[in-house]
Amino acid sequence: MTSTILEMKQITKTFPGVKALDDVNLQVQEGEIHALIGENGAGKSTLMKVLSGVHPYGTYEGDIIYKGNRCEFKNINDSEKMGIVIVHQELALIPELSIAENIFLGNETAKKGIINWNRTFINTRELLGKVGLHVEPEEQIKNIGVGRQQLVEIAKALAKEVQLLILDEPTAALNEKDTENLLQLLLEFKKQGITSILISHKLKELFQVSDYITVLRDGKTVSSYSLKEGNVTEKRIIKDMVGRDLSNLYPDRNHKIEDHVVFEIKNWSLYHPLDSERKMLHDVHLRVRRGEIVGLAGLVGAGRTELAMSIFGKSYGKKITGQLFKDGQEVVFNNVDQAIKHGVAYVSEDRKEYGLILIDSVKNNLTLSNLRKLSNKSRIDENQEVVEAEKLQEKMNIKTPTIFQTVNNLSGGNQQKVVLGKWIFTEPDVLLLDEPTRGIDVGAKYEIYKIINDLAEQGKAIMMISSELPELLGMCDRIYTLSEGRITGDHDTSDATQESLMTYMTESRRS
Amino acid sequence: MDHIKQIISKNVKVYGMVIALVGIAILFQLLTGGILLTPLNITNIIMQNSYIIVLAIGMLIVIITGEIDLSVGSVAAFVGAVAGILLVNHDLPIVLSIMICLLIGAAIGAWQGFWTAFVNIPSFIVTLAGMLIFRGLTLVALQGQTLAPFPNGFRSLSSSFLPDIFGGGDLQLFTIFIGIILSVLYITGEIRMRQSDRKYHLQVSSNVLFITRLIVFVSIINLFTYMLALYEGIPYVLIILFVLIIGYSYVMNKTVLGRHMYAVGGNENAAKLSGVKTRKIKFLAFINMGIMAALAGLIFAGRLNAATPQAGNLFELDAIAAAVIGGASFTGGVGKVFGAVIGALVMGVLNNGMSLMGIGIDWQQAIKGLVLLGAVAFDVLSKNK
Repeated sequence: MTSTILEMKQITKTFPGVKALDDVNLQVQEGEIHALIGENGAGKSTLMKVLSGVHPYGTYEGDIIYKGNRCEFKNINDSEKMGIVIVHQELALIPELSIAENIFLGNETAKKGIINWNRTFINTRELLGKVGLHVEPEEQIKNIGVGRQQLVEIAKALAKEVQLLILDEPTAALNEKDTENLLQLLLEFKKQGITSILISHKLKELFQVSDYITVLRDGKTVSSYSLKEGNVTEKRIIKDMVGRDLSNLYPDRNHKIEDHVVFEIKNWSLYHPLDSERKMLHDVHLRVRRGEIVGLAGLVGAGRTELAMSIFGKSYGKKITGQLFKDGQEVVFNNVDQAIKHGVAYVSEDRKEYGLILIDSVKNNLTLSNLRKLSNKSRIDENQEVVEAEKLQEKMNIKTPTIFQTVNNLSGGNQQKVVLGKWIFTEPDVLLLDEPTRGIDVGAKYEIYKIINDLAEQGKAIMMISSELPELLGMCDRIYTLSEGRITGDHDTSDATQESLMTYMTESRRS
Repeated sequence: MDHIKQIISKNVKVYGMVIALVGIAILFQLLTGGILLTPLNITNIIMQNSYIIVLAIGMLIVIITGEIDLSVGSVAAFVGAVAGILLVNHDLPIVLSIMICLLIGAAIGAWQGFWTAFVNIPSFIVTLAGMLIFRGLTLVALQGQTLAPFPNGFRSLSSSFLPDIFGGGDLQLFTIFIGIILSVLYITGEIRMRQSDRKYHLQVSSNVLFITRLIVFVSIINLFTYMLALYEGIPYVLIILFVLIIGYSYVMNKTVLGRHMYAVGGNENAAKLSGVKTRKIKFLAFINMGIMAALAGLIFAGRLNAATPQAGNLFELDAIAAAVIGGASFTGGVGKVFGAVIGALVMGVLNNGMSLMGIGIDWQQAIKGLVLLGAVAFDVLSKNK
């Protein structure tokens, strides 16, 4: 006889311009492993942040009922006191401190502010034993691998006397052996009566250990299944994850694809900039023809952004090898300027951090990448600049009182139009668009799609990265799937479905 | 009207500081019984603060790119010492010596820029080290001694005046003439800009507003040259400052290089992905700072008529304070050359006014500190609104 340990009722959470969670319900039974699954941006992490108090009570609507009590967590300490501990996707360990210091950080074994190190080390050893990690407590975090760091995080959760353990994508960065260990550990915890919520993209893992599975999509609960009966298939779950109505979301395009290959990548490989052992991309091949929109589909961590940025003037990665061809000629881009001069543009997925100078005006942002067009020798022709910027503003339909407005004051959709306008101003032949519609509302999305279609009709070659499969299916002519740094397929959009793409996106070397 | 509002809100920092400068000047004019704004004292304020203004312009550019330079006082002292050795000990020609000194400044700037831009060491650390290194080298070069006197030609750089070729007696007619020339240049420049704006169908301010502005600025220019004419006329150092202010305003506002500097400080990642060579830009900012520090060191040595080991003490703080009071932001990407000059003058008038009142150096320091904090606090609070 199990009882309900956690119930989240009608949770709604809104960020400026986006409804991240819309009336979400989640019920978790005591002592089970509950899987939470959904596409990127479906709202899984947000839901867990609401639960753990990262988004405090009052910033969302709805109720959290934990062990029969209605909870109002104001911060993460409140939830931890109740035994709810979250292990985030990005590990929250301090590399320069020891394992013991990290495990008891903020929770020190101390009397009147003086730490009892003997006690700390003894407790740490005990906790490390529980998670099957045989390392000295004095070892610094930076000296142990990611897999072991994950175990330290879990040990840290145990130190807080965890009753409900939330793991957000715990296996994303782990290899096969570490993943297996971790899953075994979860089953072990289950025997000890600890309830777990496991967030993952990897269906196989979830089926291996979970008792129950809840699917989120677009900030809503889509379905919940018990896995004990064994009548739920992976296919069914994938359908729930992606199933959406596609009609009329995407503007029509006059397809004029020519055979001429504008841009081609061959044998493209690279390593992580900080960890020269970790290969991020393996021999990637792809090509884009004139007038073609090519999609690049992959889950978080597949290497999509890394691919685009490494092409664009080696802005990411170490030990980059491979060849780039522009109009059949081999080209080398050692910096961004060379890429721009060869007619390549990259629209970053993070417009605030990598796309815009937020404190600067719309005009200055629009012209920054191609000031040479406006200057003779070095003097900027400001009148010409204003004329060009206003032309772009009109063309892109950027809603701003004047082009002298600070970009920071614009809405997300209009900011994105500024970024696109800036790159159109460089008169590119190849556009790499990284999540061009992330975080903007439906109306603005439609406008962006229209701009992208126009560009393709003008004969530009476009590579579009997106986490939203319907968007890729609605916009692209062809879609490459990327998984764990490898191209796993080249699909004609007419033959592809979300389900078929998802299968290739989750294809891993080991399966 | 919206356009005007926008211009005002955009420039509120600079205008605010101009108003503050005028307010402080009026305050001390009253407190000192009219001594502050006498021709002699106005000339004094310019000459006393000339090297701080030079440093403030260089510092502003470093701050705009998101960095800082703590070594400028030591660099100025070191270059002053080199000038002493070249001119006093070795009697080298003046122009050659100045050239060598400016080159040394550029080399020092390149050294610090290298560590900051290419090795990624925080500029705070690099220039803190530079502060120690070049103070030490100053002592080594001078062996603890003071070198003096400099040849007359060198001293005139910072303490002589343009001769009156019109021979006007008590009133320097040549200075008045220059004021009129500047007014004509200013008016024609403004009119030409207005015409070009019209040609491109850009919004222009109303005629009344335009003419009022012309009258106000022309009066300020001529009142200023008239005051100078009543004393000895235009000091050479004012010409240097004028050229620097116009030149650097032009570079920062009108050129690709200037735009790139603002972009690097505004968002380095975005600038880099927009094709801006961010490392090169930072490197250039430091080379420029080195040259400006050298120039300041030369002006200071000339004014003191000696190369001393203590020269340039705390100059870095005056320069940083001037840039910040003038509206520069430590997060980078924000600031104007004109603002930094006004900031330097605010500090200069405060110094001068308090000295005239007989306030001790102790209280002067404390009051200047409060003004700096107040100016930045005002800025931060107004931004949070």
